[in-house]
Amino acid sequence: MELLNLFVKSVFVENMALAFFLGMCSFLAVSKKVETAMGLGMAVTFVQTVTVPLNNLIYTWLLKEGALSWISPSLAGVDLSFLSFIAFIATIAAMVQIVEMTIDRFAPKLYTTLGVFLPLIAVNCAILGGSLFMVQREYDFAQSVVFGLGSGLGWWLAILALAAVREKMKYSNVPHGLRGLGITFLTAGLMAMGFMLFGGIKL
Amino acid sequence: MDKKTRKVLVDPLHINNPVTLQVLGICSALAVTTKLETAVVMSAALTFVLVGSNTVISALRNLIPGSVRIIVQLAVIASLVIVADQVLKAFVYDVSKQLSVFVGLIITNCIVMGRAEAFAMANPVGKSALDGLGNALGYSLLLLVVGFCRELFGSGKILGHTVFETVNNGGWYQPNGLLVLSPGAFFLIGLIIWIQRTISPSMQEKE
Repeated sequence: MELLNLFVKSVFVENMALAFFLGMCSFLAVSKKVETAMGLGMAVTFVQTVTVPLNNLIYTWLLKEGALSWISPSLAGVDLSFLSFIAFIATIAAMVQIVEMTIDRFAPKLYTTLGVFLPLIAVNCAILGGSLFMVQREYDFAQSVVFGLGSGLGWWLAILALAAVREKMKYSNVPHGLRGLGITFLTAGLMAMGFMLFGGIKL
Repeated sequence: MDKKTRKVLVDPLHINNPVTLQVLGICSALAVTTKLETAVVMSAALTFVLVGSNTVISALRNLIPGSVRIIVQLAVIASLVIVADQVLKAFVYDVSKQLSVFVGLIITNCIVMGRAEAFAMANPVGKSALDGLGNALGYSLLLLVVGFCRELFGSGKILGHTVFETVNNGGWYQPNGLLVLSPGAFFLIGLIIWIQRTISPSMQEKE
């Protein structure tokens, strides 16, 4: 039940894109068409679901204060948490690479739709942000699986919705200065207001 | 300073602003600007990282093989961010707590990667450092404007000092709560883009 609650919270209430502004660069740049937004959203969800639990394991067993005591008790006082940034980003970059190669080998059809987006994801702040939130909120392994999946799906939902709105916007007469980026910001702002309605929902 | 060098430094402030024109580094521009103080600290941290990474990457540019350049760039940037994070934790702990994950997220701040990839990989050290400084200033300028507006109109304060006495404290100012919340940041940056593009129509997007 608690996990379900966390899932709903990470998809809607604490939406990565609209409440924490994570992954904004690709959120704004790749949302011109629903089709590409779909591909990027899928890739983000996938990588997020894999990397957050993985980084959770790395943090719990290698980096946290006293985490190394399973190797030998004399290492119990070692605190490597200052290395977490570089460890996480390396994990993410490596995972993206592995995911890319795996998909290419076993699901070539999926690769043609996702392939171009995967390198972009290594520097998508939603992914690194997910791992950093996991550390900050002290999620355990099960929670981090749910959080990874939920936050990925939430991001997917947000970019898909924005892309759908932007496709329709082609038919509207926007003031010259607002065309493109400006109106996208305002749209995203309105969407963020919509998502605020989810605030406080608990299961 | 000749004309070209000045262009590198001044262009990112308005005509080629990293946030409002290049669409880089928006996450933190939106997230840390609820208060002016956090915006100032974030700007300082980003300036340090961006100038540092541009300098280092430009100095190494002939040694980095093309195929692994992203990893090398990330390693350089991540090391600089760790330094910045530790310094912030040591000297301004409160602000560093408020910035939470966003200091770490400088690593994936697209301004840093973008400038490293687009400028530092192809230009000499001095010029790259200047380009880093210019873009960092452009980013800081936007952050300060947004942070100023959000704190002043959202809670009637500047840097924590009350300017407009709010209704809750027996004053006259009814704070605009929307500005403190996330949609306010979107609207504000949208409006800034509109103003910028009205002033310089060359920035407008063609359909």
